[in-house]
Amino acid sequence: MSQDGAPTLSRRHFLQAGGLVAVGAHLPGPGVARAAAQTGQGPLRLGFQVHRTGIGAVYGRWYERTTMAAVKLINEKGGIGGRPVEIVAEDDGTDPKRGAEVVEKLAVQHKVDLIFGTLFSHVVIASAPRAGELKIPYIVVSEGYHVASGRLNRYVFQPGITDVRAQVTAVAPWILKNLGKKVTLIFPDYAFGHDHRDFFSRVATAQGGTIRALIPIPPTETSFTKYFPRVPADTEVLYHVMVGPGVLTFVKEMGEHFGARRPQIFGFIDSLEGVDLASPGLEFLEGTYFWEAFPRYAAATMPPHVRFYRERVGVNDNGASVNDPRDVSTFSHMFGCWETLFIIKRAVEQSGYKKPGAAGYRAFIETLEGFQSFPEGTEHPQGPKKFVGRLHQVFGRQVVSKVEKRRLTVIHRTAIEDSMYAPEADYTKQPL
Amino acid sequence: MSLEAHLFLALLEGTVGALVLALTALGLSLVFGVMRIVNVAHGAFFMLGAIVTWYVSTLLGSFLLALVVAPLVVGAVAVVADRLVLRPIGYEPESTIVATIGLLYILEQAVLMIYGPYARPVTAPIYFRVDFPSFGYSGYKLIVGGVAAILLVATWIALARTKLGLYMRATQQDREIAQAFAVPVGRVYTTAFGAGAGLAAVAGALIVPVQQAHYLMGLDALLLSFVVVILGGLGSLRGTLVAAFVVGLSDGAVSVLFSPTLAKIVATLLVALVLAVRGRGLFGEEIA
Repeated sequence: MSQDGAPTLSRRHFLQAGGLVAVGAHLPGPGVARAAAQTGQGPLRLGFQVHRTGIGAVYGRWYERTTMAAVKLINEKGGIGGRPVEIVAEDDGTDPKRGAEVVEKLAVQHKVDLIFGTLFSHVVIASAPRAGELKIPYIVVSEGYHVASGRLNRYVFQPGITDVRAQVTAVAPWILKNLGKKVTLIFPDYAFGHDHRDFFSRVATAQGGTIRALIPIPPTETSFTKYFPRVPADTEVLYHVMVGPGVLTFVKEMGEHFGARRPQIFGFIDSLEGVDLASPGLEFLEGTYFWEAFPRYAAATMPPHVRFYRERVGVNDNGASVNDPRDVSTFSHMFGCWETLFIIKRAVEQSGYKKPGAAGYRAFIETLEGFQSFPEGTEHPQGPKKFVGRLHQVFGRQVVSKVEKRRLTVIHRTAIEDSMYAPEADYTKQPL
Repeated sequence: MSLEAHLFLALLEGTVGALVLALTALGLSLVFGVMRIVNVAHGAFFMLGAIVTWYVSTLLGSFLLALVVAPLVVGAVAVVADRLVLRPIGYEPESTIVATIGLLYILEQAVLMIYGPYARPVTAPIYFRVDFPSFGYSGYKLIVGGVAAILLVATWIALARTKLGLYMRATQQDREIAQAFAVPVGRVYTTAFGAGAGLAAVAGALIVPVQQAHYLMGLDALLLSFVVVILGGLGSLRGTLVAAFVVGLSDGAVSVLFSPTLAKIVATLLVALVLAVRGRGLFGEEIA
C-alpha cells in the first residue's frame, strides 16, 4: 500500500484514489482534483464500519447520524488539520466475518486514513486482528472489555466510550448499598454478557454481596418465560442486561412472571436502547433502576454543551429523533462516535499525521497513547474523561436512573475514579 | 418453585409454542405438498405478517382488523411473487430454492428500508395476567394458543371438505392426472402459495403482541418450521401437526427444566434420529 514506487505508478494510484473519492463523495471529478491540488493532500478519509443491517441496525443507524453530525461540525470549523473530513461508510451486517472483510476493504480498496465506529463485541473481536495485520488504527465504540483486557492489538483503541468492566465497577457498590445484597444476574450468553457476569460477580462478592444465580440467555432467544423460574425466591436484586430485538418481550414476560412480588430490578439501558419507555408492555419497569452512560431524557438543568449536542444530532427531549418521535435513539452509546471523532481530530493534529503508512500511524498511535484526559464540553458532551494509554481505554462518569412516570430520572452519578480498576494490559509494549 | 409448578409452566409454554409453530409450519408444508417446492421465503412471510399488523394496528387502531388484513396483504404479495418469479421458472425445484432466497432478501431489505431496524410493539387486544400460585402467565398467550388451534382446525376442514381442498389434494397426489381431470393446476399452485403465506402471516400477526415486529424475526420461524416439516414428513399436514407438538413440548419441558440450549440440541438430534431411522419423516409419503 506504499506509494513510494516509480513516478508512473504513483500517478496511477493518485488517479485511482481520485476516482474513488469522486464516486464516494458523489462529487464531480474536477472539483475533487482542484480541492486536492489546493491543500496538497485532499480530505482526511475516515473508514466507518457501521451496522446498517443485521441485529445491530438500530445502533448502526444512530451511530451513523451522530457521526455525520460530528463531521459536519468539524468541517464547519475547518476540518482536521485544515483538511475536510470525509466519511467512507461500509456496512458489516453486524456479522463478524463480514466485519473483517470490511476492515480490509476500507484499508486496501478505499485506502482510508483510519477506521472507526464498530460496536458489537463479536464484530470487534473478529475485525481487530485484521486491522492489526494491515497495521491501520482501528478505533472502536464498543464498550466491551476486550480492548482493555489486552486481547486485541496495538492498533485498536477505545477512547470514546467506557467499557463494561468500568461501568459495572462503578455501579455495583450503589446496587449493593441501596437495593440489596442477594443478586441474580440475567445476561446474554456471549462476550458482552460474560463481561457483566464476570466483573459484577467479582466486585459484588468482594463487597459483601452474594450472587444467587447466573442465568445466561442465548442471543437469538425470543421467549423468556422459561428462564424466570430459575430466579431463586430469596433474590433481592434482579440484574438484567439484554440486547437485541427480544428485549421488550423480556421485560413484559418478567412482569408477567413476577407481578407485584418482584424483587428490586436493576438493568442496563442497553436492554432498551432504541425503545420508547412509554411502549405498551413496559409498565412493569416503573420504579426500577437503570445504568445509563448519558441521560436519555433532557433535564431542566442541562449544561449548554449537552443541549448543543442534542440539537446537532437531532434528538428531542425524550431522546427520540426530532423528525419522528417514535424513532428512539441509542443515547447512552452513540455519543461515543461524536467523542471519538474529536479525539481523532486532536490526535491527528498533534501528531502531524499526513498520510497512511508506518511513519504517520506511529506518530498517531503514540500521540493517542500519550493522552491522559479530555475535558467536558462540546467535544466531550457526556462528561470529563480519563484516558489510560497502556489500556487504550477511556474512563468516565456513570449514571444511575430510575423509571418514573415512564421516563428515566437521574438519581446518582458516579465519579470517574469509581470506575477505574487495576490495569491488566499494556499495549504500549507491543511493537508497531 | 416446586417441580409441579415447573412442569406446569413447561406444559403451558410448550403447548402455546407448539400451536403457533404448527400454524407457521402448516403453510410451508402445504406449499411443499402441493407444489413440490421448498419455499425459503416462508419466514419472510411470517415477518411481513407481523409488520403489516404493526402498521394496521398503529395507523387504524384495530388489532382485530390487522389480524384479517395481514394474511390478505401477505397472501397477495405471495401471489404476485408466484406470478412474477416462480411461474416463469417453471417451479423447477433447484431454481425455486434460489429464487425464494432472493425473495427473502428482497422482502427483508424492503422492510428494513421502509419500516426500519426497530423492534416495535403492538398492544394486545385482550390483556390480563393469569396468576398461578407460584408464577404469573400472560393471558394473551393462552388466547394465541386457542386462536391458533381454531385456525388449524379450520385449515384442516378446508382441505378435507371443500372443492379447493379436493383440488389441492388431487394436485398433491398426481399433478398430471389431476390436470387430466380438469383441475386448474396453475391456479391451485398460486392459491396454495398464497394460502401458505397467509398462514405464516396469521401466525406472525398473532405473535406480535408477544414478540414485537422486527425485520429479522422470520429467520427463527423459518428454521423451526423446517425442523417441524422435515420431522413430520414433507407434505404431510398431519405429520406437521404431530411434529410441532413433539418439538414444542420437548422444547418447553427441556428448556424450563434444564437449559434452552439443551432444548435446541435435543430438537436437532430428534430430527437427525428420525431422518436416519425413517428418511421420509414420521408421516411422510414415499416420493416416487
